Amino acid sequence: MSTSKKDLKVVLLGNPNAGKSTLFNALTGLNQKTGNYSGVTVDKLQGSFKYNNNLVNLIDLPGTYSLFAKSTDEEVAVKDLLSQTERPDVVVVVLDSTNLQRNLLLATQALDLGMRTVIVLNMIDEAIYQNIHIDIEKLKGLLGTNVVDIDSRTKEGTLKIKEAIVNAEVSRNKFFDITSTNDYAQMVNSQFESPYKVELQKWEEDDKIYRHKNIKYIYGLCVKSPEQLKLKERSTKIDRIVTHPILGYLVFIALIFVIFQFIFYVAEYPMSWIEDGFMALSSFIKTSLPAGILNDLVSDGVVAGISGVLMFVPQITFLFLFIALLEDSGYMARASFIMDKIMRKFGLNGRSVIPVISATACAVPSIMSTRSISNFKERLITIFVLPMVSCSARLPVYTLLISMMFPSTIVLGFLNLKGIVLFGLYVLGFAFTLITAFVMQKLLKTKEASFFMMEMPVYRVPLLKNVALGVINKIKVFVFDAGKVILSISILLWFLSNYGPGNAIEDIEKKYANAEYAHFGEADPNYYADFIASKKLEASYIGVLGKAIEPVIRPLGYDWKIGIAIITSFAAREVFVGTMSTIYGSNETEKGIREKLMGEKDENGNLRYTMAVCFSLVIFYVFAMQCMSTIAVVKRETKSWKWPTVQFVYLTVLAYISALITFNILK
Amino acid sequence: MDTLLSDLKPGEHAIIKSIADNPMKTKLIEMGCFPGEELYITKVAPLGCPFAIYVSGYELSLRLNEAKNIVVERLN
Repeated sequence: MSTSKKDLKVVLLGNPNAGKSTLFNALTGLNQKTGNYSGVTVDKLQGSFKYNNNLVNLIDLPGTYSLFAKSTDEEVAVKDLLSQTERPDVVVVVLDSTNLQRNLLLATQALDLGMRTVIVLNMIDEAIYQNIHIDIEKLKGLLGTNVVDIDSRTKEGTLKIKEAIVNAEVSRNKFFDITSTNDYAQMVNSQFESPYKVELQKWEEDDKIYRHKNIKYIYGLCVKSPEQLKLKERSTKIDRIVTHPILGYLVFIALIFVIFQFIFYVAEYPMSWIEDGFMALSSFIKTSLPAGILNDLVSDGVVAGISGVLMFVPQITFLFLFIALLEDSGYMARASFIMDKIMRKFGLNGRSVIPVISATACAVPSIMSTRSISNFKERLITIFVLPMVSCSARLPVYTLLISMMFPSTIVLGFLNLKGIVLFGLYVLGFAFTLITAFVMQKLLKTKEASFFMMEMPVYRVPLLKNVALGVINKIKVFVFDAGKVILSISILLWFLSNYGPGNAIEDIEKKYANAEYAHFGEADPNYYADFIASKKLEASYIGVLGKAIEPVIRPLGYDWKIGIAIITSFAAREVFVGTMSTIYGSNETEKGIREKLMGEKDENGNLRYTMAVCFSLVIFYVFAMQCMSTIAVVKRETKSWKWPTVQFVYLTVLAYISALITFNILK
Repeated sequence: MDTLLSDLKPGEHAIIKSIADNPMKTKLIEMGCFPGEELYITKVAPLGCPFAIYVSGYELSLRLNEAKNIVVERLN
């Protein structure tokens, strides 16, 4: 065992928008992973690199404005920084060179902790471009520690930083009022002891004002910027358009439209490639492995489950690509700025707009995209209401049921009636999204103080590497975290629909293999195979479950066959259509299923699928949280089963009551 | 003459006199709004709220209820 190697725990500390992630990416490259902080919803981004004989484990702490935490993110950052068990060896404080005055507040606080520290002046190129001249040597002297400047976009200077990290020292200087206390770290830590003390707040206030005065002095000595009180011209020009009362909203709508096109239509191509690829893989396994339960499990259960997980990757990729571009360019803060007042009325955030709009394609990526909402309460409300926005998986269900309600084309003036009903369902979903958000805003109490002040960063050209790494991390999180849950549930559903109690399934196979049924098979082999499949599904555990829930769904006008389809469509809503066609033994053309369903009679010889039943079903699907992937991703994003459970119960009850009312009005 | 930050119009310059004593105070100070600091209104959102100020070398967006806590003196 060699002891010359030394592992260093290094944390990146910095204000939001200081370019911490860019530096993190430049230092670690692809060598990073997303983990969890226990008990909170914040992701822990870790990476590593080797320098000389040192293995450096780098943690990208959540952005914070000071060591006095004002949000969950900030609390996580400060607690990790001051961790008693695994105290970091070195703190790297990342500063935005164009915004030194405010950024230095955190830097001087960090220096006073008495830990080995490196100060990084990030985005030095941008500062030079803006005519801000920083005297680094003077700053080193005043801060009493090593200061390294870097343009993290060009990778130039990453070596300098690695060198500085392994040689980091404790600052010789102190920046707080030494008469107040001796151990700064201990004082900072006392903020986490409840109850929050009044004296502490006073002390925090004094601390900051004292520092600001100190910083003014340091800043005045080290920084020469010609236009002290002039906003960056380029940003001002862009803002004149994007925050304009009319043009601003037009730009916003145009951007949303482009995103919409990509996640709705362009993503369909890669999604169908994935689906086709896995179908081919499934049949390849089926034929090349020895037949049996294991073969069925792998080819039908596991492969289909993995395919179901990977199907989301194209939409996630596109959505996060756009969100990363909008965030990194600085536009997202402007979108939030112009939308804030409208969204706030409903307890949502200016940043909730993009998740809500993209939920019309799929709730899964849009729930993941709420990460940019920094206020926890508003983020939670957004996540909670998103599944009510009608997603694209509901469309096949809506289309089938609406065409059963109105078989012939009815035109009112120039409007098609089916189109109006479909539009109405989307409006209904949106209305309840907003109503629920409004109610939750009143009900939900959080201990987190709500601050909405937000930095308007200057515009920058997004860095491709940053955007790409961000998207890759999102995909990894989804596939490995939410994917586990989705895969497990889909294997469970596969098992339940292919196996039954006792020998139920085998008995059906035996029964229809008898010679007396042979002529059916000869007359129409396809029809006969469909017929047997429907009998098998009826005999399976899912069939048993469907019959078991019949008494519960009877008041909504449904029978056990619909019960089966409701259970299987928990995998994804569109599975409803496929299951209905299996139950009714029809091949999967939409017309085929529709005709079968419309011909179906109930026990009294009346039509089974009346207007009331179809309408009740459609309303049920508007609200019901019939989607295991959504549940899995809500669990991933809120880091507990509490919220997905509350959400599932709320939406199921809402769906049930609405369907019940609909059925009884139309009956 | 002292006035509230929320009463300023875009383009108006002012100097911060004091901040109301409530939990928002430390956050405002942290974001660079502290007595003695100069600022000006850069823009107001189309619907009248939030609005943005230039302070401590950067642009900060505030909601009206946050800006009401800051007492300023107009400069001109």
